[in-house]
Amino acid sequence: MSLDTVPKPIAGTSTFLDDRIGAGNFLKRNLRKVFPDHWSFLLGEIALYSFVILLLTGTFLTFWFKPSMGEVVYKGAYEPLVGVHMSEAYASALHISFDVRGGLLIRQIHHWAALLFVAGMMVHMLRVFFTGAYRKPRELNWIIGVLLLTLALLEGLTGYSLPDDLLSGAGLRITEGVAISLPLVGTYITFFLFGGEYPGEDVISRFYSLHILLIPGILLALISAHMILMWVQKHTQMPGKGRTETNVVGAPFYPTFMVKSGAYFLFTFGVLALLGTFAQINPIWLFGPYTPADISAGSQPDFYMGFLEGALRLMPAWEINFLGYTLPLSVLIPALVPMGIIMTGLALYPFAERWITGDNREHHLTDRPRNNPHRTSIGISGITFYGILWLLGANDEISSTFHIPLYTTTEVGRVAIFVGPAIAYFVAYRMCIGLQRRDQETLLHGVESGVIKRLPHGEYIEVHVPPAEDLAALVQGKKRIPAIEAAPDGEGVPPKGMRNPLGRLRAKLSETYSADSEAISLDGHHGDGHGEGHGHAGVGAGDETKAIGH
Amino acid sequence: MTDNPNEINPGEIEPGESPRVPRRVIGTPPPRGGDSLLGPDAGARPRGDGNGAAAAHDAHPADEPVAVGEIKYPDPQSARKGERRASLLFLVTFLAGIGFVASYVIFQVGSVERTATSNLALGGSLAVALLSMAAGMVVWARQIMPKYTLVQQRHPMASSPEVREDVAKTFIEGANESGFLRHKMLRRTLLLASAPLGLLPLVLLKDLGPLPGTSLRHTVWKKGLRLMVEGTRQPIRAADFNSPGGILSVVPEGHEDDLNALAKATLILIKFRPEDLKPGVNLNWTHDSIVAYSKICTHVGCPAALYEQTTHHILCPCHQSTFDAADGAKVIFGPAARPLPQLPIGVDNEGYLIAQSDFNVPVGPSFWERGDAEAEARGQA
Repeated sequence: MSLDTVPKPIAGTSTFLDDRIGAGNFLKRNLRKVFPDHWSFLLGEIALYSFVILLLTGTFLTFWFKPSMGEVVYKGAYEPLVGVHMSEAYASALHISFDVRGGLLIRQIHHWAALLFVAGMMVHMLRVFFTGAYRKPRELNWIIGVLLLTLALLEGLTGYSLPDDLLSGAGLRITEGVAISLPLVGTYITFFLFGGEYPGEDVISRFYSLHILLIPGILLALISAHMILMWVQKHTQMPGKGRTETNVVGAPFYPTFMVKSGAYFLFTFGVLALLGTFAQINPIWLFGPYTPADISAGSQPDFYMGFLEGALRLMPAWEINFLGYTLPLSVLIPALVPMGIIMTGLALYPFAERWITGDNREHHLTDRPRNNPHRTSIGISGITFYGILWLLGANDEISSTFHIPLYTTTEVGRVAIFVGPAIAYFVAYRMCIGLQRRDQETLLHGVESGVIKRLPHGEYIEVHVPPAEDLAALVQGKKRIPAIEAAPDGEGVPPKGMRNPLGRLRAKLSETYSADSEAISLDGHHGDGHGEGHGHAGVGAGDETKAIGH
Repeated sequence: MTDNPNEINPGEIEPGESPRVPRRVIGTPPPRGGDSLLGPDAGARPRGDGNGAAAAHDAHPADEPVAVGEIKYPDPQSARKGERRASLLFLVTFLAGIGFVASYVIFQVGSVERTATSNLALGGSLAVALLSMAAGMVVWARQIMPKYTLVQQRHPMASSPEVREDVAKTFIEGANESGFLRHKMLRRTLLLASAPLGLLPLVLLKDLGPLPGTSLRHTVWKKGLRLMVEGTRQPIRAADFNSPGGILSVVPEGHEDDLNALAKATLILIKFRPEDLKPGVNLNWTHDSIVAYSKICTHVGCPAALYEQTTHHILCPCHQSTFDAADGAKVIFGPAARPLPQLPIGVDNEGYLIAQSDFNVPVGPSFWERGDAEAEARGQA
């Protein structure tokens, strides 16, 4: 059976809506909106769907959770804690876990979804970074993304403090220790946040309203803006056959992409349900109620806070006293500097790159990471920086698992945090150049066909054939990285704006950033070191193929 | 959207209408009429281009997505196979959904074991239901829907210069109409009036908490207050705490449940051999080689709870600041910058350990107003 006319109920509703808000024009434009097909474009959707699941499961949890630090005596189903004094928040979290059917499941799904939300944002962001998809006109969406990530960290922090168990209390205590270390305002901020001295009786209810209202509200608004901008500006696409800067190639939103998206949402939810069922997370009943007098060894925050924890552990004991005031650098630097470097660096990168390259064009075709080696190396360097801090956030686990002395892990980390990113930069850069050379070779010499041929004089060769059309199109998608015009004119005078120190720095950066484009050309002509008659085989089809001299 | 069938099912192709119309590849199965949004008969029919009225209304006819290349319809047999597969998966979802409701009714909670069973049943059925439906939808999209590639044109994001000019003109006109620039007094008083309004929210937040004052410099410890064992709430008789290497977590008498007090006043109490004590320890503040230190780490305030008997090291599990308990808890490793403050202790006439006074320096993490309290304390002594 197939439809010849729009079914009555749908036609009626849509006519009603169209008469009032003119939805037809919007639908006409957007039902067949084109969505490029590439697996990496689905990473952001994981974060989006996790957010939806967080809203759903979080709402469920609020029906029972009591954000109060008032003291109660536990009388619930969890035997070992019966009769113990605890906060109402912790008691209600236990109630959700043991006395509400499905409560434990939803709590665990909520926690797993929070981890997946942040993880999804991170990998999505890395995709956008390494492919250069943040370039004009998408800088605003990139900044919204950086804001989203920052807010998500804050949302996570306020969220896992809520159950008021011993572990979450340790996190809260560290938060307080960091807040109070701020120069000038630290004590005031702390007293206003906690309603007086730590821990006070207000922080849980305050974190609660931040966690369930303020931050999710902002997240929702920013996510909507993120989606709208993405929709208006259309997707980027990987270079390939038929793909240009002025078109977008892919599958239609309705019906294919719609169904696939629905399936993808269900997959995300299903996997989270599996994790919530089989992978225990944050078993608060084992930790006991919070008291500032106790802590358990091996206290770890959620993974996305690990880099801050690592930074705190790595820092040497620097503290400055002057004129009766104290500057606790051993807290301030690790709490502010890595986060500052990463978030500010991310937010400014599109603008810095535009300044360096002088590239003011719109970009809709993404770069393959190898084709912009400096950007890729900077990204890898950043990942290494983050990764070392993150690993060091678990140095006690590393120490006990691998039987390395605890202090050694810290001391190695103190060196690695500077050396690691530099090595990573170099290695990533060489790998990019190497991959580009391989691309070049693919274009110039073709790909191995697996066919061995014996020549009349007895030599064996493998026949090389031209790469498949789509592969060739992908490889040839490499574009030269633009550079600003900085060379002196005929009379040796550099262009205006390039004469001051800042201009000279810019010219130097621009030259370096775009340098490799000169070295490797992928337009099918021979680049450096490939003179004619060089002895290398050319590309041919079938019998015309010449030998690769081995 | 209207119920005009042409909106969804554009009419017949008019010959020579669009050069972009790709032809259906010979040998591929014909599309079933009306099944596709692309048109009733031409598999490769670009939507919208066929609809003369729609195209005429459209400022950018090139905006319409155009199908390029081959449109692959699944052959009826594999489509039927796909349908069977998807339906099977949807049936699994249906059963798992029923199973979820059944689990909710059957498996009650109320103990650890019963909660575990309920969690397994509910979570398992939910996961199966969701994953199976997801899989069914993928089968539907991949094995029943036609595959083709659409191309849509982009336009620069920027508006045309005429539009920009027009907007700029309107803005200037409006600004002049408003008289905001001409009427200086209006403008200045308005800005003046806004300033306090902007401050109001900040003022309102003042009652979030009291001002710090000197509260961070004191704890509840005072002369005569007994040291109580954390947890058991028993006072400690000095004569009973006599095995060297022993350690106790200690809270102030009468404040055992006061978290605010505990956050600053919790102690670790360590019994040493007299010969182990080094000069860093203030011997006047010890009793019979029992030393009391603040348990609150001077880094960010975690309880420095781990003690290694042989080396006399106190280790904070949060960031691994390590203090030498035998030498005034001075820092040996880690990010903490100051030793754990020592509390002067003695015994009352019943032989129970008591505080001699409060700490002479602020305990816990450093803060701006703290200053070098240790130097000040030394100066006073």
